[in-house]
Amino acid sequence: MVLIETKNLTYTYPGVSKPSMSDVSIKVEKGEFVLITGPSGCGKTTLCRCFNGLIPHFYQGELKGEITVADMDTTKHQTHEMAKSVGLVFQNPENQLFALSIEKDVAFGLENLGVPREEMWERVEWALKLTGIYDLRERSPHEVSGGQQQRVAIAAVLAMRPQIIVLDEPTSFLDPLSAEKIFEVIHELNKKLGITVVLVEHRLDLTAKYADHIIIMDEGKVCFDGDPRRILSTEETRLIGVGIPKATLLYQILKKEGINLNNLTPLSSEELAKMLLEAFETHD
Amino acid sequence: MIEVENVHFSYPNGVEALKGVSLTIRNGEFVAIMGQNGAGKTTLVKHFNGLLKPSEGKVRVDGVETTKTSVATLARNAGFVFQNPDHQLFSETVEDEVAFALKNFGFEAEVIEQRITWALNLLSLTQYRKTSPFLLSGGERKRVALASVLAWNPNTLILDEPTIGQDHQQKETLRQFVVQMQTQGKTVVIVTHDVEFVAESNPRVVLMKEGTIVADGEGREILTTPEVLAQSSIVLPQIAQIFMKLAPLGLPKNVIDVYDAKEIILKALEERRK
Repeated sequence: MVLIETKNLTYTYPGVSKPSMSDVSIKVEKGEFVLITGPSGCGKTTLCRCFNGLIPHFYQGELKGEITVADMDTTKHQTHEMAKSVGLVFQNPENQLFALSIEKDVAFGLENLGVPREEMWERVEWALKLTGIYDLRERSPHEVSGGQQQRVAIAAVLAMRPQIIVLDEPTSFLDPLSAEKIFEVIHELNKKLGITVVLVEHRLDLTAKYADHIIIMDEGKVCFDGDPRRILSTEETRLIGVGIPKATLLYQILKKEGINLNNLTPLSSEELAKMLLEAFETHD
Repeated sequence: MIEVENVHFSYPNGVEALKGVSLTIRNGEFVAIMGQNGAGKTTLVKHFNGLLKPSEGKVRVDGVETTKTSVATLARNAGFVFQNPDHQLFSETVEDEVAFALKNFGFEAEVIEQRITWALNLLSLTQYRKTSPFLLSGGERKRVALASVLAWNPNTLILDEPTIGQDHQQKETLRQFVVQMQTQGKTVVIVTHDVEFVAESNPRVVLMKEGTIVADGEGREILTTPEVLAQSSIVLPQIAQIFMKLAPLGLPKNVIDVYDAKEIILKALEERRK
């Protein structure tokens, strides 16, 4: 089942002559973990802003083409309607948090939707537990660490029970260990609850292993769209400034040197280490 | 040269962010300060240009104690680029932003023009010269902030999380730029979480934890010592992770570079064949 579909989607910010995104036609299936990447300024954040209707409802400018998300034409449905189906998590959680306590922040969206009190607290508790911040619920979101703040932002989105979560570089301000934990939480939401994940990231070293679909954009256009192993094994992706995972790069280099390795392109250090151990065994 | 001598620093709210830090950074060094969120990294580097003054201990920049000179003098020598570019951008166009400090430092119009052109070109921003910084992407705004500091040619550059929001190519440009700065004898200090960027550039690494320095040395050694990294919430670079798992084969563990990795693996396989 297709959850997100765009056809020739083109958008130009006000006061700018060149479109930031042009002729984007993509499909995202229910339950997929999609990674969107590409050089800075390639249009990936612009595309994400279309998924919940921020474009065109909050950004002026010109949107052309078609977009359907969770069976809704985002240009005809307001963002508060979209919010029930699509949750957006930004790069910097500080911009999203404002309530006096973490649990109130997580409850805010539900209050706005008029969810009955009892159900609301049930959903808040569920979201806080899933993201591992239940014990912090009475603290102010501004006195916890950056990693915990990002969990609050994710919990707030989860409480809305969206079908799709869109995350725009959600861990760039976090230390590597906190970042890894956030990605693990997202990965679990995807695998256990079947929530469709759209993740915008530059750092493929950290994220490629979770993806079952990758979309690479450049200069506002989609240039690769499909299976991550296939796409990250091509030479061209490197040319447009996508940093493929180091493990994948080392694999390509060793293959070129004529080393006999499994044909399934590795996306993580674990996968490559396993292949190398096998390669060494066969040489014994 | 930056000399930090047993520095303690407490914020007005009572939080002690630095608990006795000593460190010497020589001219021309490239240093990466790493550690978990809240370890005191940003607090430490803000002492290098006098934005913060120690509650206890001493900080000397080129022999002069930071408490005995003005921030304006120190700032001319040490350019600081903040983690969040929105904390330093305010002009209506990218060009005005870069010109601002130059005008303040009293450069001549002709020099200002040259410096703007040079800095924007270096950071691939020329096309946005007349654009408002606020219409640009996060990564682009970050580069505008860097351009505005580079333009006045400080001797020391302090970059707080310079790789956030930057794509692979821009990181590569940044890396080459740091190398170029070093050849000019300039000091570059970065605060970063980006282990892969550090692995590619192999600077001196200073690892912090809860307001203290827990390790200080060559990147290749520190980034391949999991016990030390774990206490600072840093994960091993991908290549180091691979070599950790290959340890049973008798290969070295201190490998962080892809091309070093290739040589070592090829050689080891060659030896097995014999």
